Formats: sequence, C-alpha cells, structure tokens
Amino acid sequence: MPYRLHMMVCAGTGCVSNRSLELRDALSAELARRGLDKEIEIVTTGCNGFCGVGPILLVQPDGIFYQKVQVKDVPLLVEEHLVKGRPVKSLMFTPPEAKEPVPRMRDIPFFGKQMLVALRNRGMIDPEKIEDYIARGGYQALAKALTTMTPKQIIEEIKASGLRGRGGGGFPTGIKWETCVHAHSEDGVRYLVCNADEGDPGAFMDRSIIEGDPHSVIEGMVIGAYAIGAHQGYIYVRHEYPLALKRFMIALDQAREYGLLGKDILGTGFDFDIEVHRGAGAFVCGESTALMASIEGRVGEPRAKYIHTVEVGLYNKPTVLNNVETFANVPVIIERGAKWFASIGTEHSKGTKVFSLAGRVKNTGLVEVPMGLSLRELIFDIGGGIADNGKFKAVQTGGPSGGFLPEDLLDLPVDYEKLYEAGSMMGSGGVVVMDHTSCMVDVARFFVDFLQSESCGKCTPCREGIKAMHGILSRICDGKGSEADLATLEELCSVVADTSLCALGGSAPNPVLTSLRYFRSEYEAHLQGKCPAGVCRALITFRINDKCTGCHLCFKACPTSAVLGEPKQMHSIIQGKCIKCGACYDVCKFEAVTKE
Amino acid sequence: MAKLTISELQKLREKLAQERQTREGNARGQIIIHMGTCGIAAGARKVLTALLEAMDKQNVRDVIVSTSGCAGMCSKEPMATVQLPQQAPVKYISLNEEKIVRILNEHLLQGNVVKEFALAVGSERMG
Repeated sequence: MPYRLHMMVCAGTGCVSNRSLELRDALSAELARRGLDKEIEIVTTGCNGFCGVGPILLVQPDGIFYQKVQVKDVPLLVEEHLVKGRPVKSLMFTPPEAKEPVPRMRDIPFFGKQMLVALRNRGMIDPEKIEDYIARGGYQALAKALTTMTPKQIIEEIKASGLRGRGGGGFPTGIKWETCVHAHSEDGVRYLVCNADEGDPGAFMDRSIIEGDPHSVIEGMVIGAYAIGAHQGYIYVRHEYPLALKRFMIALDQAREYGLLGKDILGTGFDFDIEVHRGAGAFVCGESTALMASIEGRVGEPRAKYIHTVEVGLYNKPTVLNNVETFANVPVIIERGAKWFASIGTEHSKGTKVFSLAGRVKNTGLVEVPMGLSLRELIFDIGGGIADNGKFKAVQTGGPSGGFLPEDLLDLPVDYEKLYEAGSMMGSGGVVVMDHTSCMVDVARFFVDFLQSESCGKCTPCREGIKAMHGILSRICDGKGSEADLATLEELCSVVADTSLCALGGSAPNPVLTSLRYFRSEYEAHLQGKCPAGVCRALITFRINDKCTGCHLCFKACPTSAVLGEPKQMHSIIQGKCIKCGACYDVCKFEAVTKE
Repeated sequence: MAKLTISELQKLREKLAQERQTREGNARGQIIIHMGTCGIAAGARKVLTALLEAMDKQNVRDVIVSTSGCAGMCSKEPMATVQLPQQAPVKYISLNEEKIVRILNEHLLQGNVVKEFALAVGSERMG
C-alpha cells in the first residue's frame, strides 16, 4: 500500500540524546498495534537544526511540526492526528512572543528565514538509505559532471560560482582545485581529502551534514576528484563523532554497491574511492598539514607552508583539502549552475553558510542562511533573541579563536571580509552568544585556556605565547593586574599572531584582542578591583541586605557554613569563610543576597 | 543491487521520487476520509483501506490521503471530501468500498465529480 502519512523522526545526535529513537520505537509499536503500519511510514532523518526543542517529529505531507515529543505522548498523537486527522496543539511549537502554537514547520520563524543549500535534504531523507538521496535528485550532478563536462569545465564552474572554503579559511575552492591540477606530480597521483575534524567547541555543522546527508559529501568529493584527476580520497573524521562515522560508512558501502564509488563509476570509466581516517580529537589536526601528517601516521603537527599542500600535500603529492560543507555545496552548483549560486550572498562571499547557534540564545541549533545576513537577524530573528530575558553583550563568531563582537556591530553582515575587518572571522561557523552575565575578561581567559591546551607545542610563539597570555589574563581576573599588563598583552598578541607556524597560534589572540578593543572598560574595571558582570570570584563580595526574611534557605545551601543567622531573623555572611560559589545568591527568593 | 549506469540512475530516480511524492507534500489532489466515531461505526475504516489498496494496485502515488473528524452529518457517513487544486472541495456521502474506488478514478485521477454520490460542492465557511 502507498504510505498516506510519513512520520519524520529526527535522529540527529541532539534528538537521539533526547531519546528520539525510543520515541520512534514507541510510535512503530503503536502503529502496529492499531494496524496502521502499512499506511503510515516512519522515517528516521538527520538533524533538523532546531536542537533546543528535540525530539522533533515532522508529519508529512501536512508539514506539521511537533517538538519535545515524549514516549508518553505517542498514544494521544496517534489517536488524534493519525486516526482522526486532528493535529495535536499541545505538542506544537510556540515561538517566543507568540500566543498560539504554530502548526506548520515553514511558518516557524526559525525555519522560515533559512535558505537550504548544503542542508537541502535536511529532515527529508533517511541518511542510512541511498534511495532517499537518489529520490531527491542525488547523484544527478555527478552523472551530469561525468558525462557532459570536462574536468576543466567543472573547475571553471566552481570558480565562477564564487564558492569559498567553508572550513574557516575562505579560500576560493575553484582556484584551489585549479592549482592542484597544475601542480607537478611525477606519477600523476593526486589526492582529495575531506576535513571533518571540526574541533571547535560548540560547533556541529559538519557533524550534522554527515549525520543527516552523508551522500551529499560523497557526491561532492567524487565530482572534485574527477575535476582534479584524483583516484583516492580520504575523509578525516574525529573519533568523537560515532554516529557521523557510522552513517558515513554505511553511505560509502551503498555508493560502492550502486557503482557510484569505486571502479568505473556509473560506467564512465572513472575510478575513485574514499577511505575513512579517524582522528583522535586534537584541535590542531583540523589544520591542513597536521591533518595530513596524522593520516600518514605521523604526529599531528603542522609544518611551515612555504609550499602549500595543493602542491606538496599528503604523501608528498598534490592534495586538495576541503571541508565537509564545501563538498556538500558542490553537487548543487554543478546541477543548478554557477550563476544561480553566485546570485546568493554578498560581493565576495557567495552562497549560504551553515551556523551552529549556541550560548545564551533562545533557539539554539543549526541554521543555514544566505551570506550577508546581519548578525542581528541571525541572533534575534532566527535565534529568537537572548534566553531568560537577558541583555545581549557579545557574540563570538568563528570558534574558540574567533573574536567577540559588541552590540553596536550587530548590523554587520555575515561575510568573510566584514568579520575579518571587525577582528573576528567566519571560521567554520560556530556562533556563541553571550549576555550580561558573562565577564569578557573571564571568557577571553576561558578560550585562551582551551587554545593553550590544544597548542601542539611545535613552535615557540604559540606554545609559550598563549601560555603567557593565559597567565596575564588569570592575573587580571584575580584582581592582581596592572595597567602595564594590558600593554604587554597587546604586544604578546601581535607577536603570537605574526610568528606562529599555523593558524591555531595565528588566530589565538583574536578573543583577547577583540575583548580589549570592544570591552576595554571591563579590563579597566578589573584593574580597579571590580568585575562588572560579577563573575571573577576574587573581585566579588556576597552580602545579605534587609530584604532578608530569615527563610534560612541560604544557610542550608552554603557549603562552607559561611552564612550566619537563626530562622526568621536576618542572616549575614562571614566573608572570611565565603568561597564565593554563589549558592546563596542562587537560592534566595527575596533578592536579599547581593553580588558586587 | 547491480552497479548503475547513467540511464539506470535516471530511471531509478524517477521511480524512487514517485514513490516518495507525498513525503514531499507534492500531490495532484487530496482526499479526506472523515473518521469520527460515527464515520468509523458506519465503515469509514473499510473505505479508507479500500482506497489505499486501490491506489496501491493502480500505482497511484500522488494523492494525499488524510483523515479527519466527523463532518457533521452523521446519518450520511461514511463521508469523504475531495480537494483538487484551485477547485472547490466536494463532499461525498454514504460511501462504501466500491464507491470510493470510483471517486478515486473519476474525480481524483480524471477530474470529473461523481455527481451521484456527491452531497454538495463547497465547504462550510470558517469563522
């Protein structure tokens, strides 16, 4: 029988950890119990992007979007929607500020403002079924490329599209491919590598693409391989992505079975295969030369790049390294044409970009938007604004070594150059939003600490310089900083940025430099012994004022018995005993505990 | 699965895409079977199954089959509403397994209203 309804259950990592697979099993059992399993299909899809409200369930063809669906909701949902045709309001999403829930996915602002290119099959296919991908036009671009285009034409098309590397560097993809073709290789061997190392904390664009639509990456890779004349490809996936790895392996097997990968692809005589290499999770291995060293079995350390990897790369052969999202864009460009792709975006940044929205924003998740959208639209329209009625303070773009941008730059269009000029970067697309509860000095210290531990230690400026930066930032947070420290920090930053071997050190000063540039008053306050956000423990004092009702909650919450007072009497804090954990502040219902 | 050639890939794509049309929300039309308590008691479930079986046999994949509650005329159940793009919805009454197959073939697939089973053209106004 044809399926009259399709229940698209999100099985991205976010929803799976919210028990979406148990939901799927419960749905499946309930359908079988009611004899509906022949007419209603359950499809497990990749990440829908709206991870904050998972588990997500989309009912097609109605387009009804359900959120936070639990196993206990299943009988009601089946009875009401599937049998009686009455969508269940209580499981629908109500956007912030809206009174009524919104039934249809496309009417929810989070989805409505997005434009899907790399994520074109998001939520519509089962990533473990190649048939679903083919049904939506998958591998058509490959067929077109192999039969109607020469490698040179493909490169010209990619160049004309204006596609730039989505991994962070933003290097024009077409030019990279062309350089590789022109590079000398004695035996003609060239390699194509996909970078799926994605080490930025809080970034999950590449993981979601592989988990949700692995064939789009494979198809992009085969087209790229044909364009540069490579017959062997690698994908470098971090070990912490087990689901992505599993789905990619399944996809590879299916593609080989259908003759879309391996020998004589689609009967055209072109050979190309892909090997999966698992990385151990070192941040530096996202860097091109370190990544290639790691594939070769050497220690993942970068080398100086007087000679680029497109000329001498993996096993000393000309190598193209592109990121997951870059490859996912390639089939669409081949199919719809460079002109179409180049019509999206800004003058120098074409197409769309996938971002992972995280931090103090209401709608956390994964979004794809046209380049040139303002940060304000990204954070307030799609992201729904600041969570818990907080006040926006800063946004960090580009991962741990991206810069912090203040409120008056919110109208900045998201584009490679504009972000760079403002002291930040596009990076791979991580967007972390911070509100008034974040201390910018402390946040800068946090990211510098991450980069300090991820520095591979090969070159001195990065290894010692970031450590020294961390020392100074810690001193300032402890209230022991001096005016001279700020000058030293700035000098250190410029030395580390200019003299480090790779981009890890090269970009590590960004958080420090931008926080000094846009939030200098916070540094100055710390020098005066104050932390305006009330975060740095050495600089804050908790006190109890006369609003205290003697409810005794803080007394019970204090781990060091620093709160003094009898029930129904005003309490006080013994400063010598207080470890400034904030437990009293958090439990007080009367605003009687103050932080200054 | 044998390895594909270019032309086999095209064919496979057409076949797979056709099978998945309603998943995309693409359809030539929609038929709603009213499945309130009255409808089910009068045999709406059998009507729905007969419709789906007929669609399967004839390989019809581009019709959306939905269910909904009672249409308000419990004495005339089982009922169904057919909606084609840019046309007023048509309500059918007192259906059975044979009638629904005729509605599928004549109205949904060929665009001719089956007047003898039709109650009325148009729906009640909302609000």
